[in-house]
Amino acid sequence: MLALSDEQLQFRDSLQRLLRADYSFERRREIANSTLGWSRETWRQLAELGVLALALPEAHGGFGGGAMDTLVVMEECGRSLLLEPYLPTVVLGAGLIARVGSSTQCAAILPAVGAGERQLAFAHYEPAARYALDVVATDARRDGESWVITGAKTYVLNGIAADQLIVSARTPKGLTLFMIDRTTPGVQLRDYPMYDSQRAADLRLDAVRVGAAAQLGEEGAAAAPIAATIDAAIAAVCAEAVGAMTVLLEATGAYLKTRKQFGVPIGSFQVLQHRMADMLLETEAARSMALLASSRLGTAGTAERRRIVSAAKVRVSEAARFVGQQAVQLHGGIGVTDELAVSHYFRRLTMIEMAFGDVDYHLEAVGRHLFE
Amino acid sequence: MELEFAPQDEVFRAEVRDFVRARLPLGLRHKMLAGERLGKEDYLVWHRILHEQGWVAPNWPKAFGGCEWSAVRQHIFEEECALAGAPGILPFGIRMVAPVIMKFGSASQQQHFLPRILSGEDWWCQGYSEPGAGSDLASLKMRAERRGDHYLVNGQKTWTTLAQYADWIFCLVRTASAGKPQEGISFLLIDMKTRGVSVRPIIMLDGEHEINEVWFEDAMVPAENLVGEEGKGWTYAKFLLGHERTGNAGVGHCRRWLAELKALAQRQRGNDGRALADDTRFRDRIARLEIDLMTLEVMNVRVLALEEQRHAPGPEASMLKIMGSELQQALTETTMHALGHAAAPFPQAATGRYFNFRKASIYAGSNEIQRNIITRHLLGL
Repeated sequence: MLALSDEQLQFRDSLQRLLRADYSFERRREIANSTLGWSRETWRQLAELGVLALALPEAHGGFGGGAMDTLVVMEECGRSLLLEPYLPTVVLGAGLIARVGSSTQCAAILPAVGAGERQLAFAHYEPAARYALDVVATDARRDGESWVITGAKTYVLNGIAADQLIVSARTPKGLTLFMIDRTTPGVQLRDYPMYDSQRAADLRLDAVRVGAAAQLGEEGAAAAPIAATIDAAIAAVCAEAVGAMTVLLEATGAYLKTRKQFGVPIGSFQVLQHRMADMLLETEAARSMALLASSRLGTAGTAERRRIVSAAKVRVSEAARFVGQQAVQLHGGIGVTDELAVSHYFRRLTMIEMAFGDVDYHLEAVGRHLFE
Repeated sequence: MELEFAPQDEVFRAEVRDFVRARLPLGLRHKMLAGERLGKEDYLVWHRILHEQGWVAPNWPKAFGGCEWSAVRQHIFEEECALAGAPGILPFGIRMVAPVIMKFGSASQQQHFLPRILSGEDWWCQGYSEPGAGSDLASLKMRAERRGDHYLVNGQKTWTTLAQYADWIFCLVRTASAGKPQEGISFLLIDMKTRGVSVRPIIMLDGEHEINEVWFEDAMVPAENLVGEEGKGWTYAKFLLGHERTGNAGVGHCRRWLAELKALAQRQRGNDGRALADDTRFRDRIARLEIDLMTLEVMNVRVLALEEQRHAPGPEASMLKIMGSELQQALTETTMHALGHAAAPFPQAATGRYFNFRKASIYAGSNEIQRNIITRHLLGL
């Protein structure tokens, strides 16, 4: 039930081989410092290996995989601290299109995503909304055959590189999704690097005019698919966090065995041993909840899915914070430098803590369903 | 949350559930659900019912009259029993001494003791800890000197759970003092009726009599009660430790206690007159417990799967012990706090349980010892 299939294990092996060979920490540093901030060459390799098409529907050039396949990919993303926009393009963008897109829209976008030829971004969060999913002020109005969209979005992952932005907006009928070419007049993106070296953007939509074909899914019915897609993204970053924590655990364990003070390896000190034991406990707790979230994503009813995903986000975020902070602490001075990979893992884990809702937000969500 | 196992295991779950529902005596169930202390006869009544059904020894091989259930089925059985409010099968006979007798005992020890453990005729207790030997068990001092056909036994055991009911005690005793401390230890079975054996109650912080000191003054124990070889007791004890499977997580109890806590929070008034369940701070505390329980359940399933793969429990069981005991303690603590001032008057089941369960992070290898095991066996430090 929670175990990976032989196929998934094999897939993981080949992805690991690729990333070990071509995605060293030094290589990643070069990529992070490049103008784009991620590597088109790596993206091509991922497409070639089938990573990008893995979770896409079979009808549109995918392999029809599920959340457990995404978990495998994301855990490796976490292990290698991948900068490439798998989460925004495949999990969020393609995920939304696969959920609500017409067959024309799916056919136009999904095979291209699987082939590595298309970048997507989901522009949903707004500055005033914090983490709330239903606070959307962006407005879409009909004008003859077209829609005119005005508003502001933030935390648009992969915004600047996306060919298409999927934008949520309010129409008189309610929350609705639109697919907008990045180059449409009135679209303004302010791109920025984040502390984890990934990139996001703030988006302004200034009376952006799009045709009726840009509407994605039913008018006024976007709340449920948005929630489902964000939940898929949460399950994905939970798996990513587990991969990153696993690396920190290995790195810290290795450091404790080699670093000597007072004439002995510092791993011989019980206070550090027990800290490491707690880091392992936290990592395994997080792994358990990441597995649970992904294994139930497709099968649980909406309320149960929400409850499990929020619970996983709370548990994984707390583990991520503990393991990240303690990995830095146990490395001592070198832990707070940019030079060592440890601080980069810590930075990504810290960003994951806040991605798609922090501990307080998701604790509240679990609490809301507690007495049902 | 229900984590589903294989369909045939879920059929088994239904069978256990039906059986427990039909056969668990109502009075006993009420006692358990109210958190009252059980007496000897309470445990034995349920033991005999299970024995009659052939379910009293889930971990034993069929050859000795056990169920030979898989780790998953043993877990399901325990969980269903705990959820329904059935007492647990006490581990000292069935899970602790019996596997040692099966593996290292003589044929006559097996023939004599095992059927009596199954039927409940003999109640066993565990003689490991001593006043000077807790986590450092190998420093134990209780002496057994060979005198012809018997051992002369002197010393003291402590923290002996329910020794006041016991017919027999299995002891780690020192038969030699030369060499490494582990090498002079032997595994001895002692009849509690032996002259020179006495039990003194230790009253716990909840006011209850659950544990004891057991004293041995020139007690004469037949040499045939030695299990295996003299000086090999430490090896047998370690074997036993490896056999104390993952059941320590206590998932079933935690589920029942969380459900009880939720019901209590809905009945109890908070400071603003609304239900305590509507108090955000208190609700957050319950939400955290709910999340921890989900985590424990998944961890448990993962460790069970490993155990089935390897046909033996591994060091991961230490993680479950820590997580399970910490959750048990957090649940008892929050339940007590839910009562407010009403928690104070003695006796109060929830408060008693809070105090009583401080033991959970101390017994069966303290959580600090478990962290040592994790350090050594899972982290290689």
